[in-house]
Amino acid sequence: MLLLACPWCGPRSEEEFSCGGEGHIVRPLASAEMDDAAWGDYVFMRTNTKGVHYERWCHANGCGRWFNIARSTTTNEILAVYQVGDNKPELPK
Amino acid sequence: MANYSILTLARNALQRHRGWPQAWRSPTLRPSYDAVIIGGGGHGLATAYYLAKLHGMRNIAVLEKGWIGGGNTGRNTTIVRSNYLNPESAAIYDHALNLWEGLSQELNFNVMFSQRGVINLAHDPGEERELRRRIYANQLAGVDAEWVGPTQLSELCPILNLDPNIRYPVMGGTLQRRAGVARHDAVAWGYARGADRHGVHIIQNCEVTGLDIREGRIEGVQTSQGAIRTPKVGVVAAGHSSVLAAMADIRLPLDSHPLQALVSEPVKPVMPTVIMSNKVHAYMSQSDKGELVIGAGIDPYNSYTQRGSLPVIEETIRAIVELFPITSRLKMMRQWAGIVDICPDASPIISATPVKGLYFNCGWGTGGFKATPGSGHVFAHTLAKDAAHPINAPFALERFYSGALVAEHGAAAVAH
Repeated sequence: MLLLACPWCGPRSEEEFSCGGEGHIVRPLASAEMDDAAWGDYVFMRTNTKGVHYERWCHANGCGRWFNIARSTTTNEILAVYQVGDNKPELPK
Repeated sequence: MANYSILTLARNALQRHRGWPQAWRSPTLRPSYDAVIIGGGGHGLATAYYLAKLHGMRNIAVLEKGWIGGGNTGRNTTIVRSNYLNPESAAIYDHALNLWEGLSQELNFNVMFSQRGVINLAHDPGEERELRRRIYANQLAGVDAEWVGPTQLSELCPILNLDPNIRYPVMGGTLQRRAGVARHDAVAWGYARGADRHGVHIIQNCEVTGLDIREGRIEGVQTSQGAIRTPKVGVVAAGHSSVLAAMADIRLPLDSHPLQALVSEPVKPVMPTVIMSNKVHAYMSQSDKGELVIGAGIDPYNSYTQRGSLPVIEETIRAIVELFPITSRLKMMRQWAGIVDICPDASPIISATPVKGLYFNCGWGTGGFKATPGSGHVFAHTLAKDAAHPINAPFALERFYSGALVAEHGAAAVAH
């Protein structure tokens, strides 16, 4: 079971959270000009990284707020917790 | 190589079973093959078997980074059914079911396919309407399906709790009589033996580390045992499909999640069929050894750890104990997870890619085991002919750009 540190509520059990999937997928601004290939990539394609995964979580059964984390998908270790809109954090090697 | 029969069994019994030959060889890797299959699970081995048997491609290799059938083939809950909603899905899963029915004879290997029926429960009027709609769709597609009410359910499965006062009372369910279970390991072993007999090289402990691509065409594969030249590669790597796709700079619409299952201590036969419930997310059958085989859901986040999270099995066990009260004092013996590749429309991807000669068979998500023979059969056709079989044409990667998705969340929702 994961212990996630909500930036507002502190460490809480994974059961209080919902995972929003891969982070840093930016909604295209010039959507009217996009072709099917660009839409397909935006809507469906994912990196599905084996290693460090940057993803969105929501403290759904808590404060209800969204935040980002960097987590290893091979060990489930949480490497960083950061705000939505922040750049990907530098991770210790 | 020995044909398995009552005669060879008797002869070997007289020789104290010292005379059995190896079921398949352990060959050394050749520097080149006509085709390479990456992934030695059921789907990959079936692909190799049909490539060699039906399409005459004998100079091929199956590369497996661990041991064959050690991934999801040996981790699923062995359920086989074909009662999917859309005609495209009914076609591929029923194609598989037809092959299942003759598979033990085809492979001369007992895959212990037992058509004990699969029941999908409804717990509220909305779900009942949804399931009845699926029955009508199945019947139109030629897939056997019928509605069973509580009286019939109590006859089909006496241990099912039909008390109308439980939290999620059972209102009835769908029954597919041709559905059932099979021995998962035997499927891998049977296809491996069959492929080997047709000359296929099965290379275990051989991890693919890179794909050689030049001018948009596949030329070879880099592995932990050396480089291979080949004009055709079929990737059948389930949860690790995205990792292999990344080696070719291809992005797939997949997310890999752990899917858990657990088995109880063995008990006498109590469960004559397979019962699944989408609503409470639980399903159960009984293995021939007597263990109750229970399936849970996927972890809600991406992970390649073959473990899975405790809250997921807690939720499933709560549901199982309510649906089958006799299980409340059973001890659970083992719990594990496999990494499943979840596709946005809950349907597989069997497709060519922008790289010529490179094909993917993935996205089976939580329910790939049942499709093993059909998936291998049509993927072999796709690889051999460089063109999709009519059955897998709707499952191309292009559907994520054209929008022609095959949404099967209702039929695939219970992870199994």
